[in-house]
Amino acid sequence: MAYSEKVIDHYENPRNVGQLDESSKNVGTGMVGAPACGDVMRLQIRVNDEGVIEDAKFKTYGCGSAIASSSLLTEWVKGKHLDDAEQIKNTQIAEELALPPVKIHCSVLAEDAIKSAVRDVREKQGS
Amino acid sequence: MSLPIYLDYASTTPVDPVVAEKMMEFMTPAGHFGNPASRSHMFGWHAEAAVEDARQDVATLIGADSREIVWTSGATEANNLAIKGCAHFNQRKGKHIITSRIEHKAVLDTCRQLEREGFEVTYLDPDSSGLIQPEMVAEAIRADTTIVSIMHVNNELGTLNDIGAIGKLCREHKIIFHVDAAQSAGKTPINVEEMFVDMMSFSAHKIYGPKGIGALFVRRKPRVRIEAQMHGGGHERGMRSGTLPTHQIVGMGQAFKIGFETLEAETARITALRARLWDGVVDMEEVHLNGSANQHVPGIVNISFAFVEGESLMMALRNLAVSSGSACTSASLEPSYVLRALGLNDEMAHSSIRFSIGRYTTEEDIDAAIAQVRVAVEKLRLLSPLWDMFKAGIDLNTVQWSAH
Repeated sequence: MAYSEKVIDHYENPRNVGQLDESSKNVGTGMVGAPACGDVMRLQIRVNDEGVIEDAKFKTYGCGSAIASSSLLTEWVKGKHLDDAEQIKNTQIAEELALPPVKIHCSVLAEDAIKSAVRDVREKQGS
Repeated sequence: MSLPIYLDYASTTPVDPVVAEKMMEFMTPAGHFGNPASRSHMFGWHAEAAVEDARQDVATLIGADSREIVWTSGATEANNLAIKGCAHFNQRKGKHIITSRIEHKAVLDTCRQLEREGFEVTYLDPDSSGLIQPEMVAEAIRADTTIVSIMHVNNELGTLNDIGAIGKLCREHKIIFHVDAAQSAGKTPINVEEMFVDMMSFSAHKIYGPKGIGALFVRRKPRVRIEAQMHGGGHERGMRSGTLPTHQIVGMGQAFKIGFETLEAETARITALRARLWDGVVDMEEVHLNGSANQHVPGIVNISFAFVEGESLMMALRNLAVSSGSACTSASLEPSYVLRALGLNDEMAHSSIRFSIGRYTTEEDIDAAIAQVRVAVEKLRLLSPLWDMFKAGIDLNTVQWSAH
């Protein structure tokens, strides 16, 4: 299958790969997917006191589209307020990366990941 | 060494230049372009002689009589003709068929069709190394079993079934034994007499012949009778009508001839390349060979690189033509049914790569492949949350995943 140039770029030069301190109160972790399905994403965000995302890191087990979707997402959420970050839709990701229909689930997973990370940090901060 | 490196010989092979040259002699006005069924002139006679020579070459590779070879469009058609043709012909005797869960789709889907028609099919599970043991077949045999269809070599794993033992069993029970030999012809010795095979399917393009041609061996003594699936001019003793494609047949004959002559030398050479490939990756962490370690053809090596997803691995190996057990490219999200049938967990199935080595593979190719695989696996593991968890000592089977 032919990948778009943007997918290949994110796959070859993934942005923001890594891990944040999961135990920190300011860090939210979203781990979605399952090995059985062939993709697992771990997205982490660190927020400041105003609820703005200062840093984002990811690691993904999955196909090129899954890696690209999560890499792109980390770029997009940095500097965004939690309220805005959780509004990101999978269709925006799919469109930006020109994902073919069979790869739409990768963008859905990315949307789930950011929602899950936002929820996690909010629960930690009790808001 | 030219890039990309082709390590997908189990999928298809290039046509041997000797084969292609021979095929060219049977197409143009200057060549023997006649219809082999034309009995009234020289053009037909020449073509017919070439077709019969090719039939002999195919028969020689498997220890058969040339009159037992029926030309088809490929192994898929041969499998259809064998299983449907035999099931239909013998349906008054019984309507039970035995096959395995790891057959090629051409067998499985044919059996599904027969189920829709009212036949009953038993699908045997392989053992954990991917083999169908004769005892498994013995246990499944019923009074109304008419056909057993078991593949010789599995296309994803390269595992080699003990066809002789299964054949003997079938002969004792007077059950017709069909073998899909698409992946074994020219890769391992075949003798239909010693193996008690009644029908055997072949494809040319898996052994350096052209695509679009195959054959079915149909035993004469004791005679196996099948119903034709393709009706028409009564070619191939009424078993498969349609004008014989002389150039394709000549190509297949030449390919089988070369396969027969080079079998021993090729096996030794490819066995060494296989060992070189395996030795080059086995020292990495969490690398697993799928299938049987000792009962296999040398050309197919199926390896799981744990915690790395197969499709992304293939993407990193852009200079390497291989295939993956991960079905992320298909809409189903289901990994290979063959690997799952072995009892491999889904994660390991998604992490598998099939390397298949062939006639034109060199040591340099293998060395370059090893280097690329090592870099890619390392890179993707650094990206993999599963690798982190593994390194942290977390058992992935105990994690609650949010399946989607």
